[in-house]
Amino acid sequence: MYETSVMASAEANVTHSQEAAGSGGIVASGLVKEYQGAIKAVNGIDLEVRPGEIFGLLGPNGSGKTTTVEMLVTLLPPTSGQASVAGHDVIAEPGEVRMRIGVALQEVALDPLMSAWDHMRLQCTLHGLDGKEAKARARDLIARVDLLEAADRRTRTYSGGMRRRLDLALALVHRPEVLFLDEPTTGLDPHSRAAIWEEVRRLAKQEDVAIFLTTQYLEEADELADRVAIVDHGHIVAQGSPRELKERIGDRSIIVKPGAADAPEATRVLSAFGDTRGSADGVVRCRLAHDGADLASVVRALDSAGIDVHSLDVHAPTLDDVFFAETGRTLRAEDEAMTADGGATSAGSSAPSAESHSARVGEGPPR
Amino acid sequence: MSAVAVPTPGALPRRRPARLAQFRDLAMRAIRSTARGGDALILPIVFPLIILAINVKALHAILGVPGFPTKNVTSFAIALTFLQGALFSGIACASRMAADIESGFIKRIALAPVSMLTVLDARLAGVALAGAVEAVFFIAAARVGGAHVAAGVGGVIALIALSILFNMAFAGVGILLAVRTRSGEAVQSLFPIFFVFVMLSSALMPLSLIDVTWFRDVAEANPATYMLDAVRSLFIGDGDLGELALGAGVAAAVLLLTSALSLKGMRRMVVTP
Repeated sequence: MYETSVMASAEANVTHSQEAAGSGGIVASGLVKEYQGAIKAVNGIDLEVRPGEIFGLLGPNGSGKTTTVEMLVTLLPPTSGQASVAGHDVIAEPGEVRMRIGVALQEVALDPLMSAWDHMRLQCTLHGLDGKEAKARARDLIARVDLLEAADRRTRTYSGGMRRRLDLALALVHRPEVLFLDEPTTGLDPHSRAAIWEEVRRLAKQEDVAIFLTTQYLEEADELADRVAIVDHGHIVAQGSPRELKERIGDRSIIVKPGAADAPEATRVLSAFGDTRGSADGVVRCRLAHDGADLASVVRALDSAGIDVHSLDVHAPTLDDVFFAETGRTLRAEDEAMTADGGATSAGSSAPSAESHSARVGEGPPR
Repeated sequence: MSAVAVPTPGALPRRRPARLAQFRDLAMRAIRSTARGGDALILPIVFPLIILAINVKALHAILGVPGFPTKNVTSFAIALTFLQGALFSGIACASRMAADIESGFIKRIALAPVSMLTVLDARLAGVALAGAVEAVFFIAAARVGGAHVAAGVGGVIALIALSILFNMAFAGVGILLAVRTRSGEAVQSLFPIFFVFVMLSSALMPLSLIDVTWFRDVAEANPATYMLDAVRSLFIGDGDLGELALGAGVAAAVLLLTSALSLKGMRRMVVTP
């Protein structure tokens, strides 16, 4: 099922690529980054992003997201493959690419001794804006990210959210055609995250900017991205709109905990509504078939069969379910494994942020 | 975030930024960080002057040694002050470069259409200005100690130029290490090495009066000796052009070599155009 879907997606992407290649989008084909010891951080990535589109690259830590970004923004030469950003080749014309892209990298690099104004002035000059034009642009952007009151202060006094917002404003100084955001909301509080999301949406819809964002947050990819590519071990395992991806793995699931003696009967009853499996803990999971069994029918059937139901939960498919279907692992488990190994966990994975809770806590995917 | 009406992308002309304007703002950042850092100017001026005061006292007896080239010990000891000032400034400058690399700020700069040569030159401009300021203080201190620039106004200008060049040379070595190791700690570790390196020269005794053979051989091979002699030629002699050229040449060679290697390393941080 997934192979067919990926092929269909690939066909659709041919038209995307023509559109993306001709204007301010991104087209990457067979991108590979191999390090010494034949370690492939990125292993043949193909993707297209059109102007005005928000494209999310979703994957666990170490899956190759940042390496992909660094190749596309000309910071890292690919080992093989091709990529064109804003109509220019990243290897042959990196200078042209840099004039047309805005980049907010995962690590927010600000000079602690400089104020927001100082940063804006420097960024404007580096991108060829000077005089009144630079002043007006700096003021517009600082106002847009709500930093006017703090703009005279040195950035060492800024909170994480303020730093991220300034970083985003700096990336927009020269009105880029393509904006790269590498984990833009990692470690942010819900308010700051919402502010970033709002601005990203506005940039795509009102200014027609092609936006490429990487994230490890399911909710962020689901809510923000028009299309999502799920990446694992350096290659894309699924690509499409969040809705398409979730539809590929079926409809909602129902998770029933019957009385101990009723589990076999509950499994039998639920199997009429879709793929049903019982588990050792007595919980019965049923992935509802596409042709639309509704919750009321399920409840009536269980009641008619005289099954004692202790709890019943409805589970809508998530992108984590898609990741699980493709890789046999969940993003949550990946993150926990990284933490347990003392691996390269990001600030976000350790930060007690609301988004990490909402994206990661809950039932694992139904089997 | 508040909504602000902005033109569509592409409304700004895609023009190549002016290299001079980029240099100006990057250099201003380097200068401001020197001034705001506080220690960056205090250490290179105050500490060498304290050492000068100690050395003047300690070296007083050397005035009686036959062949010692001056009757004023400050005229001799002040040369080391210039080198120590340059050493402090150079390491501080390189540390700030390492901090930019470690924090990723260098990537922010590199992602703009800016030449790495401009970035390096601007960084060196900051340390050059520090060198000029240091020279003014050191010349004034030498005068208080009874030493005069024998070569006159031209000598003062030459001393300022030497101080700038020495600062940039030491900074060049530090920046090279920063680019290669991408570590502020590695750059800081240069300080004691440089300190010993400077002392294994004619810092406290003219080359001709060093009795210990191995020490004289090391001092003779040490570029610091020629940098010291260039400064001394302006206080003690009347501006021996040979010594001046040799000292300046050694510093310039170090600067050029380390800059070329640093530039290569910095360009490797991004795909070069």
